[in-house]
Amino acid sequence: MYTAIVFLPLLGFLIAGLLGRIIGARSSEIVTTGLLFVSAVLSCYAFYDVAILGHAQIVRLAEWIVSGTFEADWTIRVDALTAVMLVVVTGVSSLVHLYSVGYMAEDPSRQRFFAFLSLFTFAMLMLVTANNFLQLFFGWEGVGLSSYLLIGFWYTRPSAVAAAIKAFVVNRIGDFGFALGIFGVFFIFHTLDFDNVFAAAPAMAGKTFLFAGHQVDILTTLCLLLFVGAMGKSAQIGLHTWLPDAMEGPTPVSALIHAATMVTAGVFLVCRCSPMFELAPNALAFVTFIGATTAFFAASVGLFQNDIKRVIAYSTCSQLGYMFVAAGVSAYGGAMFHLFTHAFFKALLFLSAGAVIVAMHHEQDMRKMGGLWKQIPFTGTMMLIGNLALTGVGIPLLGIGAAGFYSKDAIINAAYVAGTPVGTYAFTLVLIAALMTSFYSWRQFLMTFFGPYRGAQADAHDGHDDHGHGHAIALSDVHEAPLTMLIPLAVLAVGALFAGALFDGIFIGDGAKTFWHGTVAVVAGHSAGGLESVPMWVEFGPFVATILGFAIAFYYYVLHPEIPPQMAARGGLLYEFLYNKWYFDELYDFLFVQPTLKLGRFLWKFGDGKIIDGLGPDGIAARVTDATREAVKLQSGYVYQYAFAMLLGVVTLATWFMLGGSVTFMAWVAQLRMAL
Amino acid sequence: MMSHILNIITFFPLIGVALILITRGNRETTARNARAIALISTVVNLILAIVMWANFDNSTADFQFVERFDWLGYGIQYHVGVDGISMLFIVLTAGLMPFCILASWESIQDRVPEYMIAFLLLETLMIGVFTALDLVLFYVFFEGGLIPMFLIIGIWGGKRRVYASFKFFLYTLLGSVLMLLAILSMYFYTGTTDIETLIRTAHFPVAMQTWLWLAFFASFAVKMPMWPVHTWLPDAHVEAPTAGSVILAGILLKMGGYGFLRFSLPMFASATEYFAPFIFVMSVIAIIYTSLVALAQEDMKKLIAYSSVAHMGFVTMGIFSLTHQGVEGGIFQMLSHGVVSGALFLCVGVIYDRMHTREIAAYGGLVARMPIYAACFLIFSLANVGLPGTSGFIGEFLAMLGTFAVNTWVVIFAATGVILSAAYMLYLYGRVMFGALVKPSLQAIQDLSLREIAILSPLVIATIALGVYPKVILDVTSVSVENLIAQHKTALAIDRAPKLASVSRTGAMP
Repeated sequence: MYTAIVFLPLLGFLIAGLLGRIIGARSSEIVTTGLLFVSAVLSCYAFYDVAILGHAQIVRLAEWIVSGTFEADWTIRVDALTAVMLVVVTGVSSLVHLYSVGYMAEDPSRQRFFAFLSLFTFAMLMLVTANNFLQLFFGWEGVGLSSYLLIGFWYTRPSAVAAAIKAFVVNRIGDFGFALGIFGVFFIFHTLDFDNVFAAAPAMAGKTFLFAGHQVDILTTLCLLLFVGAMGKSAQIGLHTWLPDAMEGPTPVSALIHAATMVTAGVFLVCRCSPMFELAPNALAFVTFIGATTAFFAASVGLFQNDIKRVIAYSTCSQLGYMFVAAGVSAYGGAMFHLFTHAFFKALLFLSAGAVIVAMHHEQDMRKMGGLWKQIPFTGTMMLIGNLALTGVGIPLLGIGAAGFYSKDAIINAAYVAGTPVGTYAFTLVLIAALMTSFYSWRQFLMTFFGPYRGAQADAHDGHDDHGHGHAIALSDVHEAPLTMLIPLAVLAVGALFAGALFDGIFIGDGAKTFWHGTVAVVAGHSAGGLESVPMWVEFGPFVATILGFAIAFYYYVLHPEIPPQMAARGGLLYEFLYNKWYFDELYDFLFVQPTLKLGRFLWKFGDGKIIDGLGPDGIAARVTDATREAVKLQSGYVYQYAFAMLLGVVTLATWFMLGGSVTFMAWVAQLRMAL
Repeated sequence: MMSHILNIITFFPLIGVALILITRGNRETTARNARAIALISTVVNLILAIVMWANFDNSTADFQFVERFDWLGYGIQYHVGVDGISMLFIVLTAGLMPFCILASWESIQDRVPEYMIAFLLLETLMIGVFTALDLVLFYVFFEGGLIPMFLIIGIWGGKRRVYASFKFFLYTLLGSVLMLLAILSMYFYTGTTDIETLIRTAHFPVAMQTWLWLAFFASFAVKMPMWPVHTWLPDAHVEAPTAGSVILAGILLKMGGYGFLRFSLPMFASATEYFAPFIFVMSVIAIIYTSLVALAQEDMKKLIAYSSVAHMGFVTMGIFSLTHQGVEGGIFQMLSHGVVSGALFLCVGVIYDRMHTREIAAYGGLVARMPIYAACFLIFSLANVGLPGTSGFIGEFLAMLGTFAVNTWVVIFAATGVILSAAYMLYLYGRVMFGALVKPSLQAIQDLSLREIAILSPLVIATIALGVYPKVILDVTSVSVENLIAQHKTALAIDRAPKLASVSRTGAMP
């Protein structure tokens, strides 16, 4: 049955992909969406059976690679950790499929879109059900491929194609580390199976091996290498540049892949490998550091973005940082909990943004929105709920609130409780990030739904979105999206409101130990996070940050909406720095992209052309010609040709004799004579 | 029939040659008949090769389907046989030939009978390389294969075909001369040219091994090709007709790697060990250097040619890691690359036949009019990038996995090739397939014809099937690779025990 969860989406992909043009777009939609819903229902049962009742399963499907002592199988592993991911992936994916029926209604190649969505889901499920590092890598690269295909879905736009390539290549930089990690794991443990590796890991604690010419700590090195992969996939600072660009894909793709599921694969990897990370405190400190820095960095960039999707993209980047902070301070349950709740509210936010974009006839610039609440109150409500969940609105003393209130505050608390220097660093940054999160979320909400409508003033379209109609949209033309898009929003909104309160107990509370069944390391001293008694100011910190962020946003975008455009026009160093995303893209282009292309050209034209060919074949040819010319000058005839012919004859003859071929030759001649 | 199957497979194409030679009629008729005869004989040969595969015993490393009889006297025999290392290369050769014939169906209109004869002759010679168990026989096949290839590029090639074939010939000839000298000295030293005997019993003095290794290396490195003797390949590919490129990339490049496995590792064990770091350096340079160069290419065939050099870098690296995974990965990579690069050249041929240009800039937005073609091209591109689930992943992964145990620096550098390959392949794909279809010349371009679908779909299936279930290949190679490494280790041990080294001469006589 668990096999079906994984392979039903593959079946959907094959049907829509191979037969899509025969059976038509409508049938493709129905088949893929239907299969995904079946898969989602089965996943819910799996969650109940495996996580609640504790019936973990490992189904071995077939051998994959066997070479000498190396073995890796195709396996479906369903334990508590996987079960959580199954619910997230199939749940969000099925809703996104349904949503896409409405969102993509006008697109001529919908079959392809649904096929790719299902392919992605299959790859993601292979990733989370892996029982060894290699199958995880298969899913890992598989989701990368589907992400590439879906970002570049509108392939006629050069920006979409560039973004797709960028996403794949930057992810490959992460995978470079991941692959080295896998080689290292096999080199040390002689197996890639999770259970065997984790069982053998404690024996390797503190030992060293020779890597890149240095004796380095085994587990720290392996964990760091694996984490490089996680950084690529989960868009952590340094390898994050692809995620904002990935917004070139259709919005349902952003919701599914670049918010709820694929980008959380890095967090999943760290949690899956928690038995190894637990033994490598330095690696954990690094995870915390990167997570906190990303949370802060991405939130700061999100402050002044004007594209409605980019704000959410940076928000995703930032929230992933939170999850890594949790993992880094050993609160793996907290990381998974935030992953779980984040999937609901971030998918909700993206899909709501999609509904706004559809309502605005494919306009994404928030500067051209405003006052939409009257026209699309349902979408507005949905986005409101998403923001409540994201900013973690709740009442601290009573302990009730939206999803983020439970999971995000738990992470902030866990960072405080960690007590280490890097923990304190993380606590400070994520607390500031919480303030910024609140500001950019409410800024986005208020800019879109309140204040005066600015769409009608815009006379020139900035060409950002060629699906736009290229002229101003009257406010009266703004309508709610179709029902297939609104239903998924409602379902996700329920999750965003209640998932936190409902699952708080089993993910990080009293039930955590029995719930995880040892699939993530729950370490004494920092139990799953958030439950320790922390000082009152820590408990209230996030709450105050949220209120403050809202107040600032309210002041600038409702009370005095004239100020921000003036500030933007005036610029200022800090504003430019943040608006231009800390200049990462420019820096990378200057440091890596251009030099690489130039080096390639240089090696081709100079290395191959001038040096190798010049000194090699072309050079020889030129010298032969020169020599010939000289010979011709000296002698009248074709001396060198005679000489060459003679030399060739001598060599042939000598060879023939040396091999004793002449004898045989004579025998043959004799036989031939006889025959004649 | 089983006992003679190797000879049947090797020489069956010659029957096709004879049939083409005796067909008479006007130009049209002979061309049509030549195509049909060539297709039928290559398909029959493929079936024979599959029959051989089915009868192959995976559980032994001994040579199978062996045949031997006296040939030139003085111990030089016609001796053939296959083991787990060579067998699949024969299947690959026989497998790619029908695609070559089909790919030339319409694109070759000049001197069709001669063209088909060249290909059938080439098939015999290539299969011969992988079956030969005698040095002289091997040399004859190995060098003989040059001639039809030289003709294919020189006669049916593009504008600069003379330059390309000259370059091709010059490079390979240089290697061959040295290899011939090495073969001669091996014969004088041991008194035999029998490969099986040489592997089992010959132990050359370490100093001699060094020279022999280098001489063989000269020939194999050019064939692979390894950096810096690779520059003939892009030119040869660009000028060769599509089918010529398929054979060049699919089979001829594999002869170098096969040679290392058959000769260098078991016969010159100490030298192999001594030179392994040198090979690592060359492999890594090849991977990074040619990947970077591929990034800058403007001609599709050149780009794929450079990427071939990079992929062969993984092969040499894996082979000289001298570990089970490394060697097996190297073999797998060669077989997979044979399918994938062959398929990529066929894909380029598809649009070349329509537009008569390989300029990347001449295309753009093809996916809109050619969705099936775009899907096929995508799958082969991804296999070239080494995406898990395609055949391209298995070889690269195993080669790096095996090498990691020997030298981590090498793997760190080699793994950057994984990033670069994604960059140049997707960059190519983006420029050719994606974007708006605005060029007027492309407005009427047609998607794959039935013949083209028939050519590409089996290759698509093979690419994915081998990626998901590589066991079909690994099962065949496993025992032989184990045995090869054991032979290498034994030979190494003997080289290190000084008093045993000198008895080889008497022990080697057949």
